[in-house]
Amino acid sequence: MIGVRLEGITRRFAEKTVLQDISVAIEPGSFVTVVGPSGVGKTTLLRIIAGLDHGFEGGVAWSEDRKPKLGMVFQEPRLVPWLSVIDNLLLIAEPDARAEAMALLDLVELQGSADALPRQLSGGMQRRAALARALLAKPDLLLLDEPLISLDSSCAERLRARLVATWQAQHPTVIMVTHDLVEAVELSSRVIALAPESGRIALDRAIPLPHPRRMSDPAEAALLGELRDLARDWPAPTHAPEESETQRESNAGMRLLTI
Amino acid sequence: MKLAAVLDIPRQKPEWLRLKLPSFVALLALWQGAAMLIADPVLFPTPWATLETGYQHLVTGELLFSLTVTLARVAVAFLFAMVLGSAIGIALGRSQPMDAIFGGWLSIALNMPALVTIVLCYVWFGLSETAAIIAVTINKAPTVAAIMREGARALDRQLIETTQVFGVSRWKVLRYVVLPQLAPSFIASARAGLALTWKIVLVVELLGRPNGIGFQIRTFFNYFDIAGILAYSLAFIAIVLAIESFILQPIERRTGRWRTA
Repeated sequence: MIGVRLEGITRRFAEKTVLQDISVAIEPGSFVTVVGPSGVGKTTLLRIIAGLDHGFEGGVAWSEDRKPKLGMVFQEPRLVPWLSVIDNLLLIAEPDARAEAMALLDLVELQGSADALPRQLSGGMQRRAALARALLAKPDLLLLDEPLISLDSSCAERLRARLVATWQAQHPTVIMVTHDLVEAVELSSRVIALAPESGRIALDRAIPLPHPRRMSDPAEAALLGELRDLARDWPAPTHAPEESETQRESNAGMRLLTI
Repeated sequence: MKLAAVLDIPRQKPEWLRLKLPSFVALLALWQGAAMLIADPVLFPTPWATLETGYQHLVTGELLFSLTVTLARVAVAFLFAMVLGSAIGIALGRSQPMDAIFGGWLSIALNMPALVTIVLCYVWFGLSETAAIIAVTINKAPTVAAIMREGARALDRQLIETTQVFGVSRWKVLRYVVLPQLAPSFIASARAGLALTWKIVLVVELLGRPNGIGFQIRTFFNYFDIAGILAYSLAFIAIVLAIESFILQPIERRTGRWRTA
């Protein structure tokens, strides 16, 4: 488990400042979601932490002397098109990890597609393969950029539960970007909201509630209400989420009956 | 029973039978017609006369010897040009500063007449095999470099970035991510290169080697033996087409199989 400390991160693109003086310490083994409207710099923040963006001011420090082992799900699945799904997973692992890779494909419900090429899969299936790949890396730090966005609601619901179970079992530090406020409250141990325009942190709350969570829980409902109040001023997302928050809440309720 | 037969759908003949073979026959007919029109068998021999000449040289072993010598030169120069050109092209395609500095050199090399390079190499290194190979390599490598540079520029940066995040070894990235992306450029440059290389080798042989197809063509020219010139040229064209059909095209199909899977 390795934590991350961001110190005064500022990122400008031409005239626009997307992140401004972001300072936050992320505890080892915590599950942090970063929410905010489109274009606020959530993905940029993940890229800075992953070491893919070097044009920022400020610093990124680890809680240990070594750089953490990373696993990442990007906004795009980023699978190698000429490698089968299983080979895509094994590309980032040791050759003897096949059994483990197959188990992870099972976890993301792709057990029958191991030998398929990425183009033979739907967008949602490709995202699940990317999630399995990130988990196969056995990361100290798992960076997730809207990993469940294009999945159908029931599949996303199952994967949320499995993601939490995997996190609880292995305790990597997870930083997940999402537009979905319910998802943020349901999954994470801490939620950070970025403010539009200013690029600063608008809200930073710990969620010390056990899993599975009930949306009827007063503490959860209060936090969700607070986030929604905050989100009222956010510009509309550039893409349509497959499932509305109302639907999600309804599904969450259904889940309570089935788990 | 096949579905097409059951449904009584007329079976389409393969493309080579429908289009390529008739096109080839038409070309032969055109040649034959032109030869008959000119009616000078020395100046413009018929296809049959050319074939006969080729057969005579094949029986004596001269044709096979010349083909082997030229093919060996083509193979060595092709290999050197591909290695050198690929290395330069990938370096320029992956590094903007290098491209800015050396891109102009590549443009000069691309526009250098083959004849100038050949003559200079013979002057500087003597009428030797080394000079011949260097001359062909210098002529061919810039074309390979230009094609490979475009391929390297088009590499999917997102995939490379992804492997970087997961800490994938350089060898694995090269083997499974970079080289498959460069394969189409590599094949394109090999194709263009093969055709170009053998043409340059012929000029090199014509100007300064004591054997090979180019040398033979010069000899035939001295004796005004047009049938010999055509027979030797066509024999080598046949070999180059065979390499294209039986080596390069299967490799191209194999490397591009995932696109149609």
